Amino acid sequence: MQTHRAKRVEITIEAVMQSRLTDALTKAGVTGYTVLPVLGGSGRSGPWSRSGQVSRASGMVQVVCIIRPERVDDLLDAAFAVVERHIGIVSVSDCDVLRAERF
Amino acid sequence: MDQLLSLAGQNLISPIILCFVLGVAASLARSDLSIPEAVAKGLSIYLLFAIGFKGGVSVAAHGIDATLGLALLAGVVLSALLPLIAFALLRLMTQMNRLDAAAVAAHYGSISIVTFVAATSVLDSRGVAYEGFMVAVAAAMEAPAILSALWLVAKGGGDGSKGMDNALLREIMLNGSIVLLVGSFFIGWATGEDGLAEISSFIVSPFKGVLCLFLLDMGLVAGRGLREGGKILRPAVLAFGVLMPLIGSVIGLGFAVALGLSSGGIALMMVLSASASYIAVPAAMRVALPEANPSLYLTLSLGVTFPFNLTLGIPLYVAVSQAVSGG
Repeated sequence: MQTHRAKRVEITIEAVMQSRLTDALTKAGVTGYTVLPVLGGSGRSGPWSRSGQVSRASGMVQVVCIIRPERVDDLLDAAFAVVERHIGIVSVSDCDVLRAERF
Repeated sequence: MDQLLSLAGQNLISPIILCFVLGVAASLARSDLSIPEAVAKGLSIYLLFAIGFKGGVSVAAHGIDATLGLALLAGVVLSALLPLIAFALLRLMTQMNRLDAAAVAAHYGSISIVTFVAATSVLDSRGVAYEGFMVAVAAAMEAPAILSALWLVAKGGGDGSKGMDNALLREIMLNGSIVLLVGSFFIGWATGEDGLAEISSFIVSPFKGVLCLFLLDMGLVAGRGLREGGKILRPAVLAFGVLMPLIGSVIGLGFAVALGLSSGGIALMMVLSASASYIAVPAAMRVALPEANPSLYLTLSLGVTFPFNLTLGIPLYVAVSQAVSGG
């Protein structure tokens, strides 16, 4: 099966920043992404869980984008402008996709 | 004093408070008891709808007068003013940095709708009447405190602040809680007693049971916050979490008496002024002041001030309001 190289960008960010991030991505021409709920985890502020949060203030979401390698810098510039001062993780990894024309 | 102790005793052994205590105890004991996120959200939607609707029905029954407008204005002024006092007190008592102090102060100008709901439940069970429009005052007090906090940060040079943009302003003014509370208030106002009669079996009878379950969840969250964030609260910060609601309640008392509110209305104005937000303001602070410490303001408002108001504050405010109004 023919596959094509692509970049997978995972941005784990506070739920309150989700719409700002996806708006910035859309403005940068990145129209394809997936938003996933984050159930819980542990970081510099200690462990936390999605259940029992009375406020969206402490919830997290993950935004996943798969794009062509040559577009990854534009995406990261747009994402970084939003997430720079916030809690979160941005990671980039290589992946393969089946239908290159979709990315 | 006897009346205060009696009221405090009755309050402490009510199912509502005991459910909250159960939640705190279960959380501190590291039990796996939890209320699923969607259920907790459903319970809060129910409570906001019920309290807004009943407030609107009360206004429909008693009509509107200048007091309503003045009470709304008083709520806005209180919400904008209380953060300035909280900020000064924090800087004086705790030497907290400007950014954290402003973020914490915003919480103390805004309100806790669950504390308000619990207070109305206490007033209802004691047969103390209150103005239905106090629900609208609660909604009006959500946002101005956030603007005051951002002004405090900007005045100090603005370091750490991303300021207020249109998106944030829209999120604050149209957050789901405010829309539901105000919307159900207007529905209750428009449909009046007839509307209430149609749905009373849904929003009146089960109300306290739902409130019990919601407070069980709040207890779990507060206990978790205390367990995980308690270590960052120094004695002076803890003292602020108890002192500020008392100061806020006295200022609220002054406004309520000046407006000529009923005994129940005075108590609710004191509760609103004493309570600290843990839903709308933390979300706004994460966007506008991302470098302020969220553990600090969430633990203070949810782990210290909320339990204080729920257990001791509400009976105190009700007793004072009755003593002042002679009711």
